[in-house]
Amino acid sequence: MTNAKVNAPGEKSNVSVKIHQFKKKSQFKAVWMRFKKNRLGMFGLIVFLLMITVVLGADLYLDYENQAIAQQLSVRFKPPSAEHLLGTDQFGRDVFARVVYGGRISMFVGMATIVVSLTAGAIIGSCAAYYGGKVDNILMRIMDVFLAIPNILMAITLVAALGSSIFNLILAMGISQIPRMSRIVRSSVLSVIGQEYIEAAKACGTGDVRIIFRHILPNAMGPILVQVTQTVARSIITISSLSFIGLGISEPTPEWGSMLSEAKSQLRYYPYLAVAPGIAIVMTVMSLTLVGDGLRDALDPRLKN
Amino acid sequence: MVKYIIKRLFLIIPVILGVSFIIFSIMNLTPGDPAIMILGEGAKPEQYAALREQMGLNDPFFIRYLRYVLDAVKGDFGKSYRTNIPVLQEIATRLPYTLKLAVSSELIAIFFGLPIGVLSAVKQYTKTDNIALGTSLLLTSMPSFWFAMMLILLFSLKLRLLPSLGIDTWKHYILPAIATSSSTLASLIRMTRSTMLEVIRQDYIRTARAKGAPERKVVFGHALRNALLPVVTIIGVNFGISLGGAIVIEQVFAIPGLGQLMVNSIRAKDTPMVVAAVLFAAIIASIINLIVDIFYTYIDPRLKSQYTTIKAKKVTS
Repeated sequence: MTNAKVNAPGEKSNVSVKIHQFKKKSQFKAVWMRFKKNRLGMFGLIVFLLMITVVLGADLYLDYENQAIAQQLSVRFKPPSAEHLLGTDQFGRDVFARVVYGGRISMFVGMATIVVSLTAGAIIGSCAAYYGGKVDNILMRIMDVFLAIPNILMAITLVAALGSSIFNLILAMGISQIPRMSRIVRSSVLSVIGQEYIEAAKACGTGDVRIIFRHILPNAMGPILVQVTQTVARSIITISSLSFIGLGISEPTPEWGSMLSEAKSQLRYYPYLAVAPGIAIVMTVMSLTLVGDGLRDALDPRLKN
Repeated sequence: MVKYIIKRLFLIIPVILGVSFIIFSIMNLTPGDPAIMILGEGAKPEQYAALREQMGLNDPFFIRYLRYVLDAVKGDFGKSYRTNIPVLQEIATRLPYTLKLAVSSELIAIFFGLPIGVLSAVKQYTKTDNIALGTSLLLTSMPSFWFAMMLILLFSLKLRLLPSLGIDTWKHYILPAIATSSSTLASLIRMTRSTMLEVIRQDYIRTARAKGAPERKVVFGHALRNALLPVVTIIGVNFGISLGGAIVIEQVFAIPGLGQLMVNSIRAKDTPMVVAAVLFAAIIASIINLIVDIFYTYIDPRLKSQYTTIKAKKVTS
């Protein structure tokens, strides 16, 4: 690589680009090879992909308006049968259809939360790490203040102030995740900045932008990616908690938390209503956690014990 | 030591100010007129205006915040828009329930989490280890309120062993505390396991074994003591999460704590109540963090010596 830098300008860029492309691909492949060997991680990935398929393809085999929303009081509280796989609820709506459509909201909000918190967290975290000194100090002290407020309390307060619509829910949960995200980004960028290959790249005269995008970010992605899977998982639990206490997604839109909130009042006589949405949450969160764990092991085999 | 504690206590103040500012601005910069909230919809415009003037709502935002802080320092957090009861009084009656729940859940998590974590590290890659890890995975993946519902279903409705609602006896706290502890318990098991595994490979453990110390003494005397530090961090950090969890769990078991107060106040747009409730929760979480930090120095002599050497240096210079 140093040789390439010493060569004539035309040759230099050619050679270094080739090296980088080869390296990038092989690193991704190596991670994937290690991940594939992790049986639990693969299991999580398959379960998660399956659930996404079921949830996204819902319109092909379910009717949102008729099965998940419309009330049919003649078929209230029907136990699970061939016609209603998971039974019907107190308004005669099909529980299976509601669980599947509830998954759409949970997953959508979970992913959208990541977009909000990752964008803000990446900017704040990398600024703090890259500029260091006063900027780092001020930004992190502000984040410390935010961290003092328990996550769910922050989300509750924001939802209370903004009002509970899906958009506000995403905003509230995204904002409440920013401090944690920026901390992770900061620490992983910091750990990369200190490495010798960054110093080497600098010594070769590589520009700042190229260093950030070619050397720092790809190498700092690992912990951030793991954090992303965990944050999506946690967000899904938080959404359902908020809906459960009546501050999240409200009736009649199907959502796992609000379904459970309804099921709570029927727990004595119709306990089956409380089982399905809960298992849906557990499956989603668990598969994401397994993927995250597998990813962490694959990205950094040293961490595995 | 006392100096360190005092220093840390002073460091909490900017955090509390920051938290109060954040919460105050979030609640105040959003639409909704307190005057309408208090007088109802039917009053005359002059009455609204008079009340607004009397409450100082026409002042600029920062002046209002400053006034809030100054009053709060004197112990006056305002009156509830809904019931006209002083906020502090209402919170004082509610807070003990939430604290009891959060603390007992934390204790349950420590009581079970530490031994299970140690056991699964000592028996790494055995069935015991797999069961422990599986349990912790399941507990992290479950929303605590659903866990609570399943506990009610099993212990209250099927087995009829424990009450499902209310706060009359200590028995009423068993299920809520277990449900609240689920996430802390899970992370405690994982954390204890991984730090124990790290410590168990150290040279001094091999030395302890080589000199013939009994295995129990090696594990609990040498290894666990050294593995505790990161574990204690988790306990401190998780207290805030427990507090938040307690707020959701209160809804399941109808416990009249801070959580119920918060949810009801939010629905009624009772701003002073919400600000104070969140503020108190955050302050308590910070104080618990401080206590944990101080506790560090007791379990890790390295930190203690670090502190005393700084002090010694100061004295000599």
